[in-house]
Amino acid sequence: MGDLKLNYEVDGGDLIQAGEASSKMKMTLKKLGLPPEVIRRASICMYEGEINMVIHADGGQVEVDVGMDTITIRLTDHGPGIPDVDQAMEEGFSTAGDVARDLGFGAGMGLPNMKRCSDDMQIDTQVGVGTTVTMKIHIN
Amino acid sequence: MMKHSVILEYKRCRGCTTCIKNCPTEAIRVRNGKATILNERCIDCGKCIQVCPHKAIKSVSDSLEKLEKYQYRVALPDPSLYGQFQHLDDIDIVLNGLLKIGFQKVFETARAAEILSDYARHAISSGENKVMPQISSACPTILRLIRTRFPKLIPNVNPTITPVELAAILARREAVAETGLPPEEIGVFSIVPCSSQVTAAHTPEGLEKPVLDGAFAIRDIYLRLLGPMRDLEEVKPMTSAGIMGVGWACCGGESAARLGQSYLAVDGIENCINMLEEIEDGRLPEADFIELCACTQGCVGGCLTVENPYGARMRIKKLMKGLPVSRSRYDFRSGDRALVRVERELQYLPSFQLDQDRGAALEKLVKIEELERSLPGLDCGSCGAPSCHALAEDVVQGRASMEDCIFKVRERMQYMAGTGDADEYLPAPFRQRRVPGKKPEGGSRN
Repeated sequence: MGDLKLNYEVDGGDLIQAGEASSKMKMTLKKLGLPPEVIRRASICMYEGEINMVIHADGGQVEVDVGMDTITIRLTDHGPGIPDVDQAMEEGFSTAGDVARDLGFGAGMGLPNMKRCSDDMQIDTQVGVGTTVTMKIHIN
Repeated sequence: MMKHSVILEYKRCRGCTTCIKNCPTEAIRVRNGKATILNERCIDCGKCIQVCPHKAIKSVSDSLEKLEKYQYRVALPDPSLYGQFQHLDDIDIVLNGLLKIGFQKVFETARAAEILSDYARHAISSGENKVMPQISSACPTILRLIRTRFPKLIPNVNPTITPVELAAILARREAVAETGLPPEEIGVFSIVPCSSQVTAAHTPEGLEKPVLDGAFAIRDIYLRLLGPMRDLEEVKPMTSAGIMGVGWACCGGESAARLGQSYLAVDGIENCINMLEEIEDGRLPEADFIELCACTQGCVGGCLTVENPYGARMRIKKLMKGLPVSRSRYDFRSGDRALVRVERELQYLPSFQLDQDRGAALEKLVKIEELERSLPGLDCGSCGAPSCHALAEDVVQGRASMEDCIFKVRERMQYMAGTGDADEYLPAPFRQRRVPGKKPEGGSRN
């Protein structure tokens, strides 16, 4: 039996619409009857990732793979890349612009939250090329 | 199984797709030319009742004949009732009017609401351990929504009964003490603004057994009240609620009466769903209290009211001006501390889950995604389901067939009869080519 694959396109520059993909995924996971805590963690990972892609990378793609044991969320963008991943992982560090900050984003909690809510997180990034964040959430 | 008060009058239903497209829980389908409600998904919000252009969807409230079964009859008017009348400057006129149309006693639901507010303020200041943010338990539709779709938030729901339930309990006690009659000879009836309160009167969410004997729609009571209200010879002072209680009629009233908490008051079922999504993900950590009203502007926007929600709100605000802030308090000395508490926690009703078995559910979802990709993605509703995704889900769940999709039919007809012929059998928006000799209507100006 194949895994469930979900694909979402995230538009850049639209902070109001951001979060739509994570809402859709959440509804799908509820239809599966996954434990609420797993759904919450997956949804936070995806929401924060979506926001990051909108603020920093002018959008991107999200692929979600739901298997019997693991949910894998892969966020791919063609943005500026992250020059210093360790610094970006620090709580409170953010390079978000004024517009995003005015809307209440840019608290520097995105990546740390994603790390905390996932069981495994990989960041592949190249300055000037883009970033791919892959998160795994174990179901059991 | 959930019981509902929302029903369809098949004679009137023409099978248009207005209701299916507006239902916030995708609980309606059109089958064989008539709308049908998927029982386990309906949360009695009444949206379909409001949008149906043929008035085919209704809420069955109790018939007024039910009053005759009881020796002594008590009315529990929802405060939203006060906002239905033009030029009303005194709530007492409504309450006195109720005594002329078959009730011997009136107990304002607003008074019970005020008692609940007082209880809530005590609970806040006592620093009782709670799951934050607290979510209001006042709107039965919201409770059903949380039960079916937001199980994670069940512990956040305020563990108190609804104002009308508390009103029913207190009113019956008072009536027994005043008349000496046995409790079952006393009929306690709510006068409610919405379908969801009708359902809740018969199947309460937080109580083991109903405490009401029935619920009447504001709409049904309204016309009967007009005459007697106009002809009142004397107006006895009867109001027993203040601004804090009456304020519950509008969205934000319950929150305001909690005094000093940071709260969100959200009205409209779609807004409520979006808000619950956010709370579920912990995106509003600074909120202490969330008041969610399924209807526009709160109970004044209920589907069984007469006046539009904005007009009713304006009138309620005006009536509130002449009232004291609060008149009723929770009696903490009586030792009856459990009175306002729910008897049972909400139970999760996984009505969206595709299968009990996770493997089977996953398999179904994979199939649904696959089917959905082969559908046009227009969400036109012609198949009787609200969206292409919903049709794919219905097919996998055995409730529909792919042939219900008009585009699938075209594919088949094209295969059998060739492109041109098949096109002419389709409704205009779905045709691929223009009918020869006919200009397209509207559109460009030259």
